Amino acid sequence: MFKDLFQKKKYAVVPSERTKRDIPEGLMNRCPKCGQIQLSKELEKNLKVCSGCGHHYRLNAWERIAMTLDEGRLFEIDENLVSEDPLDFPGYASKLEQQKANSGLKDAVVTGEGEIGGFPVVIGVMSFDFFSGSMGSVVGEKVTRAIERATEKKLPLVLFSTSGGARMQESILSLMQMAKTSAALAKFHEQGGLFISVFTDPTLGGVSASFASLGDYILAEPGAIVGFAGRIVIEQTIRQKLPDNFQTAEFNLKHGQLDKVVPRKEMKAILTKLLDMHAWKGEPADVQ
Amino acid sequence: MSSELPFERPLAELRKKIDELKHFGAEKQIDFSDEIARLEERYKQLESEVYGGMSAAQIMHMARHHQRPTSLDYISLIFTDFVELHGDRVFADDLAIVGGLAKLNGMPVTVVGHQRGKDTKDNIQRFFGSPHPEGFRKALRFMQQANKFGRPIITLIDTKGAYPGDTAEERNQSEAIARNLLEMANFGVPIVCVVIGEGGSGGALALGVGNRVLMLENAIYSVISPNGAASILWKDASKADQAAEAMKITAKDLLEFGVIEEIIPEPQGGAHRDKAAQAESIKEALWRNLQELGKLSPDELREDRYRKFRKVGRFGTAELE
Repeated sequence: MFKDLFQKKKYAVVPSERTKRDIPEGLMNRCPKCGQIQLSKELEKNLKVCSGCGHHYRLNAWERIAMTLDEGRLFEIDENLVSEDPLDFPGYASKLEQQKANSGLKDAVVTGEGEIGGFPVVIGVMSFDFFSGSMGSVVGEKVTRAIERATEKKLPLVLFSTSGGARMQESILSLMQMAKTSAALAKFHEQGGLFISVFTDPTLGGVSASFASLGDYILAEPGAIVGFAGRIVIEQTIRQKLPDNFQTAEFNLKHGQLDKVVPRKEMKAILTKLLDMHAWKGEPADVQ
Repeated sequence: MSSELPFERPLAELRKKIDELKHFGAEKQIDFSDEIARLEERYKQLESEVYGGMSAAQIMHMARHHQRPTSLDYISLIFTDFVELHGDRVFADDLAIVGGLAKLNGMPVTVVGHQRGKDTKDNIQRFFGSPHPEGFRKALRFMQQANKFGRPIITLIDTKGAYPGDTAEERNQSEAIARNLLEMANFGVPIVCVVIGEGGSGGALALGVGNRVLMLENAIYSVISPNGAASILWKDASKADQAAEAMKITAKDLLEFGVIEEIIPEPQGGAHRDKAAQAESIKEALWRNLQELGKLSPDELREDRYRKFRKVGRFGTAELE
């Protein structure tokens, strides 16, 4: 429709080079889980899910955006926010530069607006390849601004998380981002906003213990490790070996922590379904 | 167990020397008063040297002092009519969290805090002050009650962090902490938090979303324990002292970052040297802050809390290519 064309003008098109840049070179790929060797092209076609064992490879933010948003289009916001070194922490400044160079990202989350199945959303996608997805001031600020934007524009909010936890190098400032993002969500929820939180592998510590756990609906990708404390710390504390499936999405589903484990191939369809349920304005459905 | 920390040893030795001299003088009936006065003078000087320039690592050891007063110590000294309440109504009564109703200068309040153990047995019962999800949910239940009945909330923070155990994960430690952050942000009653010892990570913050966050002079507050940071960053937990310096964990640092509003001074040598005096100064600060917050409406209190946390963080803006 003409109207749709008009609306889409405000979106910036993500250059395809940018999306593809971070995908590892090489013709073949070996699954870290089952060892199956497959063509990289095939693997990509399969949304980076192993055709042998169903292992979901980790995605960076732009790969996820390309798969999730209609036509891979994101109107990115706050893309110029960058971490500083407020504590003058040994080695932090140089590590930041190295992380930027390696990932092509400015920090561990990309935020903006886009459409999923035709429904406009505010979206945030974390990227484990930048500083293990750790949350410092920038991640906290960008997520908070995304929540505030969704609150102001009364749009649904979709956040894909992956994080090793809070960023130690910003110490207390990182910790406070947990309170900041959660307080913004408190306002969003008060207003009746819809928040769909998706856990991807892995999400731990300060991110799982703040905004990521505060969704109306909580989804996770198969096999994603989600928890507060890391496995090694827990094993040291309880002096026992933990089962292999500990903290996996399936384990957490069994313990009542998730609404649904959603394979990558079905993610967009499920998100669209949920968004559709909340977009109903009270008109009777077309009876077929 | 001796009560002095390694950096306090010169003081303890000098004190011992003075005591011995006094004792010897009394026994032999020799007048050492000039000598004693001189040593006392030296002691005072040494005291201000030792305590005046404490490093972050020394403050960390002070915050963890085994004689440092706990939440229950302060509750009995600051409040009257304390009625302790128990349990999360769902799973258990986590003894790493204590709380209930009490009166502060006659005003009913809800008080809730982390509780470390007094000895090994007590510590095992209380998981060394590290709550499981049921502990955070217990605290939340008390705070929801306060919100319902319009009572101010006072929290006392003193934990190494949330308990890192398998059953804690099974019962969703992450959600329990996150839920407290969200709910505390929404309460329409005044919330004043006091970091009395160690403020460790999410387990501390789960009681820490207040309109005012106060900190004792020798308390610490950080995203991860310096020991944990050292083992992750440098693969060596024994470098905790070094991490403590790098992580900016003292009350002074946090005041500068705008994370806390006020530092409550401690008696010379730490809170454990004079619990009653310490309790008195905490009480004064609590009362003063609650008087100020009492003037705000529920909406203003929410907005005040939002603004406080909203502004925390330091970042820059890059030129776009």
